Amino acid sequence: MADNTEILTDLALIVEEVAGIDHADVTAEKSFVDDLDIDSLSMVEIAVQAEDKFGVKIPDDQLAELKTVRDAVDYIAKNQ
Amino acid sequence: MNTGIDIVVTGLGATTPLGGDVTSTWEALLAGRSGVRRIDHFAWARRHDLPVKIAAPLAVAPAEVLTRVQARRMDRCEQVAVIAAREAWAHAGLDSDEPQVEPERLAVVIGTGIGGAVTLLDQDDLLETDGLRKISPLTVPMLMPNGPAAYVGLELGARGGVHAPVSACASGAEALTWAVRLLRAGEVDMVVAGGAEACITGITVAGFVQARTLSQRNDEPEKASRPFDAKRDGFVLGEGAGILVLERAEFAAARGARVHGRLSGFGITSDAYHITGPDPEGGGQSRAITAAVRDAGLDGSDVGHVNCHATSTVAGDVGEARAVRKALGDHPVLTAPKSALGHLVGAAGAVESIITLLSISEGIVPASLNIDDLDPGVELDVVVGEPRKIDLTAAVCDSFGFGGHNVAVAFTKV
Repeated sequence: MADNTEILTDLALIVEEVAGIDHADVTAEKSFVDDLDIDSLSMVEIAVQAEDKFGVKIPDDQLAELKTVRDAVDYIAKNQ
Repeated sequence: MNTGIDIVVTGLGATTPLGGDVTSTWEALLAGRSGVRRIDHFAWARRHDLPVKIAAPLAVAPAEVLTRVQARRMDRCEQVAVIAAREAWAHAGLDSDEPQVEPERLAVVIGTGIGGAVTLLDQDDLLETDGLRKISPLTVPMLMPNGPAAYVGLELGARGGVHAPVSACASGAEALTWAVRLLRAGEVDMVVAGGAEACITGITVAGFVQARTLSQRNDEPEKASRPFDAKRDGFVLGEGAGILVLERAEFAAARGARVHGRLSGFGITSDAYHITGPDPEGGGQSRAITAAVRDAGLDGSDVGHVNCHATSTVAGDVGEARAVRKALGDHPVLTAPKSALGHLVGAAGAVESIITLLSISEGIVPASLNIDDLDPGVELDVVVGEPRKIDLTAAVCDSFGFGGHNVAVAFTKV
C-alpha cells in the first residue's frame, strides 16, 4: 500500500505522460480542469492509467467528483 | 463563377517525402532527388509479405517537430496538417502577437483522402487484444476525416468555419476551390486550405496492390515512380501535407502581406465512368482544365505549363496528356512531381499547387524523373533531365481522384 506522498508522485508522472504537464507542477491543491487545463478526454486516459498503476476502480461518476489532485490521491488511498 | 474578385496566396507550408518544409521540398525537386525508399523495416511490412516494398514516407518525422503530447493526441494525418499549417501561417506573416484577421472571418478547408486509418486499425487491434479499457478516448477525433481541418482550426483559432472535402486524390486541390468559393462569396477574409495524408500501412498498401495500382519496382525504389514513361507500372504511396493561406487581394494589401501568386480560377468535373479507372478519353479531365482556364479569365494560349496529376499508372497518364492537349493545345510544358514525391493522395493536389505556384514565381519547372522512354501516347513536351527555366504568366495544376473526381486549378503570376 502506497502512502499519499507516493501516490501523488506516481499520479503526477501519469499526468505528465498523458497531458505533458511537468510532474513538479502537479501538486495536491491543483484543479485538473481549472489549473492544469486537462480536458475530459485526457481525464479518461489518466483514470485508466491510474487504475492500472494503483489497482483501483474509478467509475465515471466517481471520476467526475475528482476535481483536484488531492481528491484523486485521497480516493486512490482509500480504495486501494 | 469568377466574380472578378482577386484571390492571392500569401503563405505556403508543407511537409513531404522530400523535406520537412516548402524550401527543402522545392530544392530537392529541383535537384532531381526522389523521396521513394524501401520500407522493409516497417513493422507491418515485416508481418505481411506484400509484393510492394517501397513507399515515400515523410523526410522529417512529425515526432521531431511536435511535442510528445501534441503528437499522441493526433493521428499522423492530423500531425502533418498542423505542421504544414504552422509553416504557412508564419510564412504569411500571421504568427505575430498582433492579430491580423478576425477569428470569425478566418476559415479552414483541409481535405484528406483516407483520414485517420492508422488510428482506426491500431485501436481495433487494441480492442481485440486488450478490450475496451485500452481504447483511447481520442480514437474518434483521431480517425475522423475532418480531423486535420479541425486540429488546424483549433491551432489557429479559426471560427469562420472548418471544412473537409473528401475526394480521394483530388481532396487537397478541391480544398483550394472551396477556399476560393468562400472568399469570392465574401463569407470570410482568409482561408487556410490544403490537404493532408498519412496512410502508409499494411491494409492501404494491400488494397492498392489488389487494385493493381502500385509500382512493384522494389529493386530500384528511386526509379519506381515514372509518370509518362513507357515502362511505368504504378504509383508509389506517399504521405505529407500542403497548406496555403488564401485571401482577397485587397485584404492582403491592407495588412501589407507579401503575395506569392494568384489562384485565379478552378474547374471541377466528374467522370461518371468507373469507380477507379479514369475515362480513357480524358473528357472529364479536359472539361475541368477548360473550366479552370475560363474561370481565371484566361485563354488556353496563356497557360504555359501544366503540373500534371500523372501518377505513373498505366491507365492514367496518357489519358491526362490527351486531356491537356484537348483543353489547351500543344504548347504547354508538362511535369509530373509524383515522380519524385510519390503519390500523397489527399495531400497531392495541395503540395503540387505549391510547386505550381513556385514554378511560376521562380520561373523554373522541375524535371519529371525517370522518363527513359516517353510513352508514345504523350504528344506533349515533358521536362526531363534538368529543370527548365520558363517565363510563365499562368499554369494549371491537375488533380484527379478515385471516384472520377477531376479538379484543375489555375494560378497566375502577381
